[in-house]
Amino acid sequence: MFPTPIEKTPRSWQLTYQSLLPIALIMWLLPLIAVAVFSIKPAVDFTQGNYWGMPSSFELFNNYGQVFFNSDMPRYMLNSVFITVPTVIGAVGLSCLAGFALGIYRFKANIWIFFMFVAGNFVPFQILMVPVRDLTLDMGLYNTKTGLVLFHVAFQTGFCTLFMRNFIRALPIELVEAARVEGIAEWKIFWYVVIPLMKPAIAALSVLIFTFIWNDYFWAVVLTQGPESQPVTAGITSFNAQFRAAYHLMSAGSIVAALPPVLMFFLMQKHFIAGLTLGAVK
Amino acid sequence: MTATDPTIASAKSERGWYKRNEIAVTPWLFLAPAILFFAFYVIWPIYQSIAISFYDWDGLGEAQYVGMANYVELMDDSAFEVSLWNNFKWLLFYLLAIPGGLFIALFLNQTVTGIRIYKSLFFFPFVLSQVVVGLVFSWFYLPNEGLLNGVLGLVGLGPVNVLGDPTMATYGIIAAGLWPQTAYCMILYLTGLNAVDPEQIEAGRLDNAKGWKMLWYIIIPQLKPATFIAFVVTIIGALRSFDLISIMTNGGPFGQTRVLSFYMFEKALSEYGFRMGYGAAIAVVLFLIMLVFIAYFLWSMWSEEKGR
Repeated sequence: MFPTPIEKTPRSWQLTYQSLLPIALIMWLLPLIAVAVFSIKPAVDFTQGNYWGMPSSFELFNNYGQVFFNSDMPRYMLNSVFITVPTVIGAVGLSCLAGFALGIYRFKANIWIFFMFVAGNFVPFQILMVPVRDLTLDMGLYNTKTGLVLFHVAFQTGFCTLFMRNFIRALPIELVEAARVEGIAEWKIFWYVVIPLMKPAIAALSVLIFTFIWNDYFWAVVLTQGPESQPVTAGITSFNAQFRAAYHLMSAGSIVAALPPVLMFFLMQKHFIAGLTLGAVK
Repeated sequence: MTATDPTIASAKSERGWYKRNEIAVTPWLFLAPAILFFAFYVIWPIYQSIAISFYDWDGLGEAQYVGMANYVELMDDSAFEVSLWNNFKWLLFYLLAIPGGLFIALFLNQTVTGIRIYKSLFFFPFVLSQVVVGLVFSWFYLPNEGLLNGVLGLVGLGPVNVLGDPTMATYGIIAAGLWPQTAYCMILYLTGLNAVDPEQIEAGRLDNAKGWKMLWYIIIPQLKPATFIAFVVTIIGALRSFDLISIMTNGGPFGQTRVLSFYMFEKALSEYGFRMGYGAAIAVVLFLIMLVFIAYFLWSMWSEEKGR
């Protein structure tokens, strides 16, 4: 193990390390801690210049109550859910199929199709912006959740297929060959042999895509406007316009907007990290 | 998983065209939906954008072919020049996330009690959306209310208005972007460090390699896969920077924090105008920059595939 395990170092460094850990963490999360403190302060603290001191009163329920009952925030959150969940299902589903095809079968175009997905996944959003917006307008899907979902599914399929294909390549191919010898139809091999083995990849990819899509801002701004269909990342800017300079409410709003992916991460940590670091080790 | 008798029976009796070509046809059936979606929403729009960049078009009326005029105009556009320069700054400074992430990973790669919680708390800025990161940092930087100036005041420095100063603002935004990106690189390296071969470390220790030498000659070479991924995601992240700029400064002060992705949006789709053709031309330039890296990534992946 590198660096030297702390148990094998002098006592003095052990103690230093133990005390350094919380200090480093607090410094690392300082901007966030400030926002968390802002979000439980009363408005009067800001007018009196008590920015970083102790809150003069504890307003957690008031501030967050405002966010939930006195703004469009719940609506934006719900939109985000209705955009994110179908996208996860669509993109993971499509990429299971495509990943299976690219991971199991040997055919000439295989590597080129794979590279198309990989390269497409890296392109800057801006090169897609004008045509995709046009396309969405033409289909009558501008400012709808469906329009956003369809695009997200298509774009995320690139990354998901890369992920799934690499995962399937690492599976023992003998299983598939054995099934073929038995004369089992290819789609049954997919459904009964490969899919059960892909469960960890499906879980990892689902949490990752959930976070990516929940956090998307650019496409939300390009393809939607207004509370009927905007997700929370775009909604937060109108929320902030509504409560301009009311830092306690804006902070509470941002924390609420950030919460679902954070919860997702802490609940599904193992899968999340497994997904992010796939390929970081040979 | 067992093969049931009816399956085998039907496989034998059915000698149709599909059965005979099953192995050749199946992958295409499985690929069809993904390829269709991807071609329709990603591949075709790239071509369309390139085409639009040769037109003068407001997004509504008739598009007019202008040849290279949009690109010629870009050459003299000082806002474009600023954006391009800022893109290079982003590329350069964003890469600090890689050594930064390695440093934190080395710091946290221990087995003391509670270290798992520390690791996840260090990682968790990555889970926040860039919008929230942008808001958090713009409040952190506020001249009066911000914590940064509060801390600087304690040691007798400041106050500085990071986002209001045209020379500092871009660096302020990059610093905000580095926060989640460093966390990402950290988790990649933590996973990489887990897989480092302990025997090699022991061998190194026997040869008296310590500290920096050990890190440079024994550890870092073994972290190569993690470094490659960290490099890929950091470059992509740097060139995709849009959310932070849009939230933190909206391109200002005096347009000094624009980058190509933001400038393109501003030209094509904001209150400043609907110049789709000109915007598309900016996007094409950004795409070409990205293409250099995409080609390199694909090339590395390809040599890897062949090596297997």
